[in-house]
Amino acid sequence: MIRLNNIVATYTTTRGEVSAVDGVNLEIPTGKIIGIAGESGCGKSTLLKVIYGDLIYPLALKTGSVQYGFDSFGQEVTTSDIKEYWFKRISYIPQSSMSSLNPVIRINKQFTDHLDPSTDKAKVLEDVRAYVQKLDLPPEAIDAYPHQLSGGMRQRIMVAMGTFFNPDIILADEPTTALDVVVQKGILLLLMGLQEETKSTIFFVSHDMGVHYQITHKMLIMYAAKVVEFGDSDIIFTEPLHPYTRMLIESLPTIGDDHLRTGVSGRPPSLWEDLTGCRFAPRCPLATELCQTTEPEFKEYRRGHFAACHYAENTYQSSEIAILYDHHPQNQSPE
Amino acid sequence: MTIILKTSHLNKVYKLGGFFNRIKINALDDVNLTVESDEPVIISVVGESGSGKTTLAKVILRLVEPTSGSAHVYDRLVAGKGDKPSNREFLNSVQPIFQNPFEAFSSHRTVDTYLSDTAVRVTKLSKTEAVDAMTEALHLVGLDYRDVRGKYSNQFSGGELQRVSIARALIPHPEIIVADEPVSMIDASLRMNIINLFLSLKEEYERSFLYITHDLATAYYISDYIAVMYRGSIVEFGDAKAILADPQHPYTQLLLDSIPEIGKKWQRKRIALADIEAKEFQFTGCRYCNRCPIAEDKCVTERPPAVKKVDGRDVYCHFA
Repeated sequence: MIRLNNIVATYTTTRGEVSAVDGVNLEIPTGKIIGIAGESGCGKSTLLKVIYGDLIYPLALKTGSVQYGFDSFGQEVTTSDIKEYWFKRISYIPQSSMSSLNPVIRINKQFTDHLDPSTDKAKVLEDVRAYVQKLDLPPEAIDAYPHQLSGGMRQRIMVAMGTFFNPDIILADEPTTALDVVVQKGILLLLMGLQEETKSTIFFVSHDMGVHYQITHKMLIMYAAKVVEFGDSDIIFTEPLHPYTRMLIESLPTIGDDHLRTGVSGRPPSLWEDLTGCRFAPRCPLATELCQTTEPEFKEYRRGHFAACHYAENTYQSSEIAILYDHHPQNQSPE
Repeated sequence: MTIILKTSHLNKVYKLGGFFNRIKINALDDVNLTVESDEPVIISVVGESGSGKTTLAKVILRLVEPTSGSAHVYDRLVAGKGDKPSNREFLNSVQPIFQNPFEAFSSHRTVDTYLSDTAVRVTKLSKTEAVDAMTEALHLVGLDYRDVRGKYSNQFSGGELQRVSIARALIPHPEIIVADEPVSMIDASLRMNIINLFLSLKEEYERSFLYITHDLATAYYISDYIAVMYRGSIVEFGDAKAILADPQHPYTQLLLDSIPEIGKKWQRKRIALADIEAKEFQFTGCRYCNRCPIAEDKCVTERPPAVKKVDGRDVYCHFA
């Protein structure tokens, strides 16, 4: 189990502090691919940074801690000492490979520069050469400079770096968003294959619900710095409890389906404001007075399926939501 | 019928490299598209990066001069040799929308100055008429002039700012709007609001769109015609719903198969990730031949011709 204990992460700005992740309390099973979804600014990347322990100014962990579920010398590893395990037991795959790889250093050097000086680097590189072939890369690719490779190859190098030392936890922040669909599919299939082999835990951030559907075992939906739903992907995609999740899933068109699609209109609340009640209420077609005043509790409605909604137990059909949504005063299209 | 878009033998060659190892990249290679209609239409051009779709948009917007060939928009020659309309006349019939609204608007100017400049310089309206034109255009995209006036680009969200840039494009009442990846920078949850706006502008305001995108799902949703491009050439072109329901070129099939769609899990079959993009531009035969599952010797040596199918689509494949 990976435990997130009441995490509040803040950014310090000239206007003061703002909580980008505001009270996340979860137990996450290991050995799974966990998808994190939500709109820009909902705190998904910040949560990933907190789990990685990359807490540098202006980001700070105000309260709470992460327990990683593995220990060193009998002491459980928490946020304060996770940095020592970077790349060994926890690794990070960023979105932009071009700005993450050093352009003037060959890739093979970047592969090994975090290792102890006592390690036999030639031997490690030998293994790396064999390893990258699993990702359909030629072994010589690691002797190149980053600009000599195409975007898809560079991103596969990043995947290789993130997975080579066989870490327990891999954090992937939109690793395929900048790539073409064909290359994206190839890389995601490789990542799924690697995960099945090594049984590592992957936290996968993406705003593409289609990608989440293809690869994740569990889903975590965030909205305005809060977790609003968490559960098995199969269930979340068929019977979501939170109306926001349902709208995220149904907002995008699919080929062969001629239904009229509506996006989620309006925008998330500013985190600077004093937020009372449910943060999604102003955009929610089901919101009542209760939602405006009282914040819903994040609790377990079905086994392993959590949500934060007053009406999670009411099962609305998607068509009913669509009708309610069309009549919502915010969505009357201007004529 | 009006010729909405017609390109004939359109070519654009970019030269890369130094004096001795110069290579030629055919960003557009003999592109022939014809769309004729009396109704406004939405034409999508889809493809991956390096397919030439943005170059095609730039040629039609007259931002890039083609190496050879010509392009007509609404019965007027816009690129190639011949008698072309003046810049002002051209901008009154064709208007662009770009990918990133935060780059399209300078952060040092209020966004309404872009709108009034378009109204005054392109449409030659007086200052007071310009305000009416701006109010009307902003109303069409669901914004109010009073909320936009005097604001800088950083005071808007991405979706709102993209609406402002659509409003700017609407001011001269263009016949067609060329939108290059207009929603790829916008959050997935807000994307459909912009896409639906295009649809309603087409239906109620009778504007045509040339929609350049890599996203086949939104292309399916809004387009009447679709052109699929690969390494500078068209591979399939015709009715959008027909092509995406039943793709006939192997590349279109691969693209459709790679979309992460909800409700249809991928088959866990490894796909070859070829990475020799620059080389593919040099192929004398079909550009797709080294990745194609059904390629034969003929594909390597001979460029496939356009095969006209019964439903009116063109498929550029020897085995179509």
